[in-house]
Order: sequence, then structure tokens, then C-alpha cells
Amino acid sequence: MAKVSMTVNGKAASGEAEGRTLLSSFLREELGLTGTHVGCDTSQCGACVVHVDGKAVKACTMLAMEADGAEVSTIEGQANADGSLNVIQQAFQDHHGLQCGFCTPGMVMSAAALLKDNPKPSEAEIRHYLEGNLCRCTGYHNIVKAIMAASGQDVSSIAAE
Amino acid sequence: MPKDNGIGASPKRREDVRFLTGAGNYTDDINVHGQAHVHFLRADVAHATINSIDTSAAEAMPGVVKIFTGADFAEVGGIPCGWGVTDRHGNPQQEPRHPIIADGTIRHVGEIVAAVVADTLEQARDAAEAIELDLGDKPAVVDMAAALGDGSTKVHEDLTSNLCYDWVFGNDDDAAVQAAFDSAAHVTTLELVNNRLVANPMEPRVAIGEYSRGSDEYTLHTTSQNPHVIRLLMCAFVLGLPEHKVRVVAPDVGGGFGSKIFHYAEEAFCTHAAKACGRAVKWTSTRSEAFISDAHGRDHVTKIELALDADNNFTALRTNTLANMGAYLSTFSTSVPSYLHGTLMAGNYKTPIVQVNVKTVFTNTVPVDAYRGAGRPEATFQLERVIDKAARELGADPIALRRQNFITQFPYETPVALTYDTGDYVATMDKLEQVADVAGFAARRAESEAKGKLRGFGVNCYIEACGIAPSNIVGMLGARAGLYDAATVRVNATGTISVFVGAHSHGQGHETSFPQVVAEMIGIDESMVDIVHGDTGRVPFGMGTYGSRSIAVCGSAMVRATEKIIAKAKKIAAHLMEASDADIELKDGQFTVAGTDKSVAWGDVTLTAYVPHNYPLEELEPGLEETAFYDPANFTYPAGAYACEVEVDPDTGKVSIERFSAADDFGNIINPMIVDGQVHGGLGQGIGQALLENAAYDADGQLLSASFMDYAMPRADDVPFYQVDHSCQTPCTHNPLGVKGCGEAGAIGSPPAVVNAVVDALQSAGKDVTHIDMPLSPARVWAAMNG
Ligand code: FES
Ligand code: FES
Repeated sequence: MAKVSMTVNGKAASGEAEGRTLLSSFLREELGLTGTHVGCDTSQCGACVVHVDGKAVKACTMLAMEADGAEVSTIEGQANADGSLNVIQQAFQDHHGLQCGFCTPGMVMSAAALLKDNPKPSEAEIRHYLEGNLCRCTGYHNIVKAIMAASGQDVSSIAAE
Repeated sequence: MPKDNGIGASPKRREDVRFLTGAGNYTDDINVHGQAHVHFLRADVAHATINSIDTSAAEAMPGVVKIFTGADFAEVGGIPCGWGVTDRHGNPQQEPRHPIIADGTIRHVGEIVAAVVADTLEQARDAAEAIELDLGDKPAVVDMAAALGDGSTKVHEDLTSNLCYDWVFGNDDDAAVQAAFDSAAHVTTLELVNNRLVANPMEPRVAIGEYSRGSDEYTLHTTSQNPHVIRLLMCAFVLGLPEHKVRVVAPDVGGGFGSKIFHYAEEAFCTHAAKACGRAVKWTSTRSEAFISDAHGRDHVTKIELALDADNNFTALRTNTLANMGAYLSTFSTSVPSYLHGTLMAGNYKTPIVQVNVKTVFTNTVPVDAYRGAGRPEATFQLERVIDKAARELGADPIALRRQNFITQFPYETPVALTYDTGDYVATMDKLEQVADVAGFAARRAESEAKGKLRGFGVNCYIEACGIAPSNIVGMLGARAGLYDAATVRVNATGTISVFVGAHSHGQGHETSFPQVVAEMIGIDESMVDIVHGDTGRVPFGMGTYGSRSIAVCGSAMVRATEKIIAKAKKIAAHLMEASDADIELKDGQFTVAGTDKSVAWGDVTLTAYVPHNYPLEELEPGLEETAFYDPANFTYPAGAYACEVEVDPDTGKVSIERFSAADDFGNIINPMIVDGQVHGGLGQGIGQALLENAAYDADGQLLSASFMDYAMPRADDVPFYQVDHSCQTPCTHNPLGVKGCGEAGAIGSPPAVVNAVVDALQSAGKDVTHIDMPLSPARVWAAMNG
């Protein structure tokens, strides 16, 4: 066990980790940030996506110790300062981009990373970018639509809410 | 103007805020003070005798609390099967014991052989590696036909064979059915596979057992679609515990699709072990464990024959199916290939003679049970594929052939025991032709061909039986449970309402849609109504959520309970206004005396119910809380027509879905936004089955596609935007909301459209391809084109 410290959602955080402790486990078990989900053990599902030093990372593919000293953002830190939903979160609610909510934290974190690099992605670009994020509930329709809406694109012609 | 409140409105989902901010409360998010962790040592061979298990070295490892083997569960019951099917000779299904931990024999890869409870999960895993197993290998039984052959190894030595039951349904007069085929002008025959699938909700299963020595009470937190059912099965059949001493909680659950209906060994284990270890015991499935321990779905092999007369009317249908049960009977396994499948074989058509033959088979594979649609996708796939093949053989238009044979009179009694109360298959097909822009297909095909791609159009209809169903009928058919549901409406003194519902929401948005109904009935704002679900300690009773039943069955119970509330509230209002309760009207949350301007508000009445100073205490109890149990009079019958357009790359065999259109009749709709989402999700899964997903076993019983690296889940770029329409609405005639249910339609109605479209594309290039088994991977499509 060793002490690991990082900045999480703008606040200093530290806890104990073994050499083999994954960042996803550290966030969930040690820091109590259970919004980051674990949906697989082969780095395929993307439920665990967080940002480390501004980059989208699958938290199950990184050791907690590798994130020592890093700036980490998780779903818990995404809302606006007044607690209201941010633009992406709000678009997911407005366009029914989530059902059971399990994939949602990873989807929102991936969408944020995409929009940072590509502020007006096409439908095809969004679908391609979400290659590493599985959702079993929505058939992706409303997730893609929500991300297009969050980027300021008119989605009114896309069939059905 | 669309409504913004009440029935028919699409308010934003209230559950979303917690899910979008990381504030959900899923089972794995829960940690109990002092909990230990269990790691299950699972079989890595499909079939073996356990000669001995030596746990002594493991017990000495750091942190180990206790190690359990099959012997520790010899005295408790096995996991029960909830449906007893009677075979064609009147005999019961063969039903083997389904132990919590393997009791001397391993029967599938993934079966629990030992359980290690330790202070930490890592310690439990490390100790499990020190357990020494001496196994005697036995041949694995994997192929269903071989399993039924003479001399096959038996999965269960104590059963007479690997046959669970041999069942016939519909017209069981073989000679009469054969005569119909003999006199047919045309017979179309098709052999097909309905591929084995893994439900894969994104949240893996979790169970946390707790025991309080002080109160002698147990609590199980579990990822379940039906906590009351789990409590009943676990208490009455497995552990022999008094139900009132056991609380089962299913908090936020990350999707189910059927796989979280069933009572699983891990739930009973954690509950039992909590007492045995003197501390809470937690298990969180990894995805790798989920693949070999969650019940799988589908896995049917079928031969279907359709007879037509000289005018292309369907005259008879006969099917012969082998259905895989896996190694043990999971909770609803035996009902899926029988009553949830055979009853749907008439489809949307007035075929007068239907005979369904099903043999269910034990194999050394993971148990198979309901997965979204459960039996109905299997029925729809066969029927809609054989109709398409018949249309090609006869040179008929596939849409016209279907239209010609549609049932148009309702109620309609099918030859397979159902009575469709209402529907309009012509209207949904008309709507589909419009939504799918059938007229524009030729131009789109020309565009694809100009790019060197083949384009195909496929259509199918579906009908499903939802909201299962009158308890006395399903009891006669072998169900060992009632299939009603329950709701308690608790009105607080200040007029806010908690509705305790037996349905469970794990993505369906009940927390938003159920209050819409109650708010509309009373005429108050939805924000005054909340539902409570998923906790046997709070909700009086309920059968849970599956089979698209929540709004049709539990919603109806909620309506009945709310009606009782309104009736009592009117009595209180009548007393307050010194009028007769027959004269009281309730509108927009105001009680008025008809024909006068006297009124009292909802909140005045609710306060009076709890502060009964001016109150008819001789006639009426104080308080305002009512419960209703609702047992449906019939199934509900959502139906519709779906169309798929594909492009096929002739060089690689890769299929891409260019358009997918759905025209559904769900009867009345509470929340159109949520209904659209349910259809989208079902379509995603149906397209996944058609193109990508396959739980493949090798001859030794090893699951080859046992992770997301090998099992192809649909991703965002595998699917298009869907065109979804549910404006055709024939309300259900026998429930108070006129609703039919919408949760499974997309998964039921989409696979045949995809396959029909691919066959159409290949035939457009002159390929003599009449069928390809799902999933239509590039390799399979390419081989069909070039073989
Ligand atoms: S948990 Fe990280 S990708 Fe699945
Ligand atoms: S909303 Fe359930 S997995 Fe995406």
C-alpha cells in the first residue's frame, strides 16, 4: 500500500493504493466517487471514462499510481458551478440520451472530450468516436442526437425524440 | 400543442439528473460496514466429476474468512424452476436439481465449484488459486441433436435422457395437419437457427447479503428486475427462511433485458453466507463471469413449413424446434420455447391450422432463459422468414402476400390459444410503407449500385403477447406463480403522494411515467407524485418488470388504487361540503358539488383525512392510503410492421444498415418520448442479433465468445438513426389505461427485416441465396454469395 494523491474535480484528494489498484477502483472504493462505473474487464465498454490531465481515459486501464499528481475529472464534477446540468448533461436529458444510466457517465465524459477537439462533429464522426463506449439500452439514437444538440446543431429533423 | 403534463406528455425524466451527475445508487455503489468479499471459483471445464476438493491450503491464506463447497449447501434446496411444462404425452418435464454450488458434478463452464469469503476481494481471489481440485473429465454434451441421440452422455445421470420435454401445441392431430400440407398448392420449407445471445446489461450482477443477529433478519441487495419474486423463491425453495425476516432491495439497476429476472445462486449464497460468516458478504460480477453465469437467451434450431393454396392464402403452418435449456433449468426457462413461443406462431395472419413441436434439451452449457422478447422473437423470426421465402418462390410481393393473409376481424381466436382483443395490421403496414418510403427504394437502390454496392429492402410484421396474463390461465399452463401486480397509493396529509409499485424500473423511466398517470387522474402536478420501487421492505408486493408488463399490469393496479383513493376522497369532500358523494366531481385537483360553485381543494381533503376533526368517523376510517392488486383479463397484443434497408459490399460481404423504420401499435401511450427510446433500444439489440452477436461454444463446451473482445456488441456506428412511429393506436380493450406495452417490440420485430433485406440485396445481384443464419457476419454473407 502506498499513498496516492491527485486533484479530482478541482480538489486535492488522496488515498491508499496497492501497485495493482486500478484508477477506477481507487476512485470508487477509496474516494467514494461511484459515478465512474465498471462494466467490463477487457477495456471495451467505456463506462469508466474519466479525464486525466484533460484527456479522456478509461479508468480501468490505468493504475491509480500512474495518476499520482494528475488532474482528474469525473462525472461528479461535470455540472455547472450552481449545480445545474452542463450543456452536455442537459442535452442528454432533453433528448432522452439515457435509460438505465449505467453507461451514461462514460458517455458524457467521452462526449465532452470529443466536443473539445471537434466542436461540431457530424453524425458519422460521433458514431465513430463512440466506438469505445457501449450502451445496451438506447440503441445509440438519442445519444448521438444529444451530442449533436449539445454542439449546437439543429436536430429537429432527426426522427422521433 | 403537445401536453406538458399528465398522460400523453413527454416530461423530461426525473431519474436522469442523478444518473447524469454520478449520483445514482447502483448495487455495487453500496458498501456495508464490515463487509467481506466472496470470490467464486468457477468450473473451467464443461463436464466433470468432482473427485475431491482440498481447501486446506486456501483456508490458511491471509484474510480468508470461510470457504464453502457443495457440501455446505447439501441441506438447502436447489434453485427452482418457475414453470412446469407438460409434454405431448401428459408427462411432466424432467427437472434436475440445480444446486447453489456444484454437488459432485460440474455441468457447465462457469458453474460455481467453491466460494472463498475473505476480508478483501484480492485475498479471496488469491486463496481461490490455492484450492486443489481433483476432477474426472466427462465428455461434454454441446450439440442439441447429438444430445438427443442414442447413447449420448447424459448431462444429468439421474434423468432418463437429455430431453427436458417433447411438446406439441396448436393442432395436435398429425394426420389432419399432414393432410393440409398434402393438399396445398405450394409448400415453403426453411431450416434456421435463432442464435444464442448474452443479454449483457451494462451493469454486471451484484449481490450483498447481510444478517442481523439482533433481529434475526436478512437483507439482500441485488441487481434484480423483481425483488419480491427473488425473496419468495429464495426463502420458500432454496434457503427455507421465513419471508418476513428477509428484505430484498434492488436499487438503481443498470439494465436487465430479462437476465436479471431469474433467481441466481450468488444471491442465495450471499444471503446464506452472511449468517454463516457473521458479517455482510458482497459479490460483484466481472464481465468475464457474467458471460458464463448470467442466463443466455434464444438458441433454437427450427424447421418451419408453410402451406399455401392456389390463391396464396396460408392454409397451414408446422414447426419443429430444438431449444437449448443449458445444464439446468433457470427460473422461467421452460416457458420460453413453449408458451411464450408456441402461442405466437399464428403471428398477424389467419392461418387456420398451426402445429408447433418443441423439444427442449439439456446440454453442458450455461442455462438459457428469457432475453428481451423471450420466445416471441424466435416465433417471429421463423414465421416472417418463411413468408418472405414463400413470396420469392411464388413471385409474389412480400408486402402484398402479408396483407392478403392479415387478420382483420377482432377479437380473433388463433389456433394457438390466444384471443387477440384488438389491432389493425393494415394500418400499421400502411404507416410503415409511408415511414419507410417504400416508393423511393428503387432510386436508392440505383444510387447504391452506382457506388458498387448491393441494396436490399426487407419487411416483416410482428405481434407479441405482453402483460402476461390471467393468473388462472397461466396456472393451467404450468406457471408456478401468479402474474398480477400490485400498487399502494399513499397520500400524505399535505396532498403529496407516494405510490409503492411492484414493477421495477431499470431503464424504463417509471419514476417519470407512472406519476404522469396518477397526476392526470387527480388533476395535480406531477411533481406532487413519486413512486417507490425495488424494495420488499417498502413496497407491499409485486411481480416485477419483464414481458413488457409494467404499465399494462402494474400501471393498471396503480389506476385501481388511485380510483379507490378518489372514491374515498370524494366522500370526505362530500362531508366537508355537506353534499352527497354521488354529486362530487374531481377536476384539476378541486372537488366541486355538481351544479354549484361549492368546492374544496385536494389539499383540504387530504389534510382532513389525517386531521379528522370534521369527519364522518362512524362511516369512514381516517387516513388516505389504498392498495390494489390487478390480475389482467388477457394478454395485451402490441403489433406492427418493420422495414430494413441494407447495403452489402459485394467484395467483403459487409452489411450496413442504411434505414430502419418501425410502425408500432402500442395502444394508448403514457409518455411518447420514453416509448420511442424503448423501441430504439430494442432495435439496437435486434440488429445486434441479426448482424453481430453470437454466443458460440466449441465441442468441448468452452464458450468462445466470452468477453466483449469476442462477443460483438452493437456499437454506435453499427446502427443508423431509426424512423419510429406509433401513431397507429388501437387501445387495449381490457385494461383501464388501454395500454399494451412497448419494451420488447423492437427486439422482436427487427431481426427478420434485417435478414430479409440482406437476402433481397443478394438476390438483386442474381445470387441464388434464400437464407443465411444469423449473425450475418461479413464472412457468412461473403460465403453465401460465393458458395
Ligand atoms: S470498465 Fe473500463 S472499459 Fe469497461
Ligand atoms: S443507458 Fe443503459 S447502458 Fe446506456
